[in-house]
Amino acid sequence: MILTGAQIVAEVLLEQGVDTVFGYPGGSALNIYDALYEYKDKITHYMTAHEQGAAHAADGYSRVTGKTGVVFSTSGPGATNLVTGIATAYMDSVPLVAITANVGTSLLGRDSFQEVFIAGITMPITKHNFVVRHVEELADTLRLSFAIAGEGRKGPVLVDIPKDITAAKTEFTHKPVEKPMEKKQDYKNLEKVAELINNAKRPVIYFGGGVRLSDAGDTLREMINLADIPAAYTIMAAGVLSYNERNNLGLIGMHGCRTANLAVDNADIVLAIGTRFSDRVALNTKYFAQKAKIVQIDIDPSEINKNVNIDISLIGDVNDVLTKLLPLLKSTKHDDWQTQINEWQKSDYHPTDSDTVLHPHQIIGKICDLAGEDAVYVTDVGQHQMWSAQYINHVRTRSFLTSGGLGTMGYGYGAAIGAKIACGDRPVIHITGDGSFHMNMNEACTAVSYDVPVITVIMNNAVLGMVRQWQSVFYGKRYSSSEPERKTNYVKVAEGFGAKGFHCETLAEFESALTIALEQKGPVWIECVIDREEVVLPMIPSGGTVSDTIID
Amino acid sequence: MQKHYFSVLVENHEGVLARVSSLFCQRGFNIDSLTASATNDPNISRITITASGDDQAFLQILKQTEKLVETKMIFSLDPSISLLRELLLVKVQADEKNRGELHDIAQIYKAKIIDLSIGSMVIELTGEPDKIDGFLQVLSPYTVLEMCRTGITALERGSSSHLLNK
Repeated sequence: MILTGAQIVAEVLLEQGVDTVFGYPGGSALNIYDALYEYKDKITHYMTAHEQGAAHAADGYSRVTGKTGVVFSTSGPGATNLVTGIATAYMDSVPLVAITANVGTSLLGRDSFQEVFIAGITMPITKHNFVVRHVEELADTLRLSFAIAGEGRKGPVLVDIPKDITAAKTEFTHKPVEKPMEKKQDYKNLEKVAELINNAKRPVIYFGGGVRLSDAGDTLREMINLADIPAAYTIMAAGVLSYNERNNLGLIGMHGCRTANLAVDNADIVLAIGTRFSDRVALNTKYFAQKAKIVQIDIDPSEINKNVNIDISLIGDVNDVLTKLLPLLKSTKHDDWQTQINEWQKSDYHPTDSDTVLHPHQIIGKICDLAGEDAVYVTDVGQHQMWSAQYINHVRTRSFLTSGGLGTMGYGYGAAIGAKIACGDRPVIHITGDGSFHMNMNEACTAVSYDVPVITVIMNNAVLGMVRQWQSVFYGKRYSSSEPERKTNYVKVAEGFGAKGFHCETLAEFESALTIALEQKGPVWIECVIDREEVVLPMIPSGGTVSDTIID
Repeated sequence: MQKHYFSVLVENHEGVLARVSSLFCQRGFNIDSLTASATNDPNISRITITASGDDQAFLQILKQTEKLVETKMIFSLDPSISLLRELLLVKVQADEKNRGELHDIAQIYKAKIIDLSIGSMVIELTGEPDKIDGFLQVLSPYTVLEMCRTGITALERGSSSHLLNK
């Protein structure tokens, strides 16, 4: 059939199984949006307040479902507004296809109105990007974009389509979705790794987002139980193991559990699975797991020896590698090692409760009690993010959405809206701080327009808590630009947007607000006033080791 | 910082060069020279990059470049089994007094004088980078008005050919 470029975009989306997209229209995107109007029975487009919100929504949608997220924008500022969202997805290996409209091909390169070279801008933050210059290439380019986004180490792909290409017509025929390309695998060390594990006295697993992305949680659990290996996770893998599981050591890294960090520090074997030794985990690459032989399992060969020197590696999809490794492992018990770990756990940091003031860990505890094990948690970035990672009773994979790599303040609201649209009846709780929330609270209008009942819990300490925490520890309490003294009345603002708002100063108030919120059909904001002296503990300063842990 | 020579076979698309060079920059690898040209396969271009960095950075840039969708193949060239060549064009101030000396120097290096005017001459020299450096050293007492070097382009010796089957 003969279709316009814009119709081809819609047809390829359908071919790829896409029924939900996010975005914002504009001049160059008019043809595409006209096609979206035509296809609105098959593809639901959610219009956000700002393109950044749309990009985060597509990202949140993808993180919850595992499907590739799709975001649209117009040229120029529409495209540049996607940049933070694309970079966020890139750093956390989230499959995303961003489709940007551009000015017509005859206007390209002339500094035309709303023209920007988005392919150049997004080169370092996409797996790949395309500028489509001929309508005949459009369908295959879009197909290839989905293939690239979803294969190997996943990530964002951008397709820039000039306006005249979206109007031009060409022959279109559907093609079946191709199976992902075979990626480089390297399993030759499989037996050596098994032998190392079988002979280990003090083994530790440290795993990250790769385990979640390859849905390897069950295989990992089997391995942990069989070979009796305690496991710590990075923030990207929270929820892969349940919080109350045996051998779950908890969060690792800068604000990780002290026992998790001690275990890695004292291990004789560290198995790094689907993770990349970022500076928030391997704070000091020289001393990280220095007594251990380090085994790394990852789908991306460029992660081997990038930050920390690896003794032995396996390249491939994590679930596939672990499945092949399992039969080679002996059933063992490491009683002495477990005893040592239990001993360390006795002196782990635990915050104290209060009945009179709101403490972050109590707010989070209450959320978990009321929202239940089905809930999806989405955070912004800062202290509240770390508290959420630490104190949520994580029980399900793909249920803790956070910008771990880029650390994007303002990520949460868009992502939570995308997640809620994806996951229907599951409660979605957006935990944020007053700093992060001020960045993109405008997305409240989106949640209201589409009746998306995201619950936003704002931990309001009236300061930029994490910045201020660093200033108090490392900058002699010189609080430069971290105490903005904002006078925002969250209840009124929420109401102004058409949402519901609550203000809480005690746990009892919070409990009743959240109970009401969970029954609403639309978005709710719950402001929780917390003390500005609340800090995230434990903490290992940048470049430090476990012996530098700050506990009070 | 050690010097490394990379040969990158890439799809012959617009923007590939920008993507590869941007990646080197992003990963902290300083490019000393870069040449790009067509190959016997019209779909493939060859980019030859001379860059410096430590061994860890070297392995990282190899793997990162390999990951690019348009990269067909990347390998590092071992100078001992490779032919590294560069072309130099140099414009030297020359009058009737020193024209003869410059002509002699050019002959020793098997360089060609490709332009002559009353006050200057342009010399062309092809060779290994060391030879070019040596030639420029010999020219240093003279007044060089302008010069440019192409940067290194290279192939491995022998009959091996890199199969393009990524």
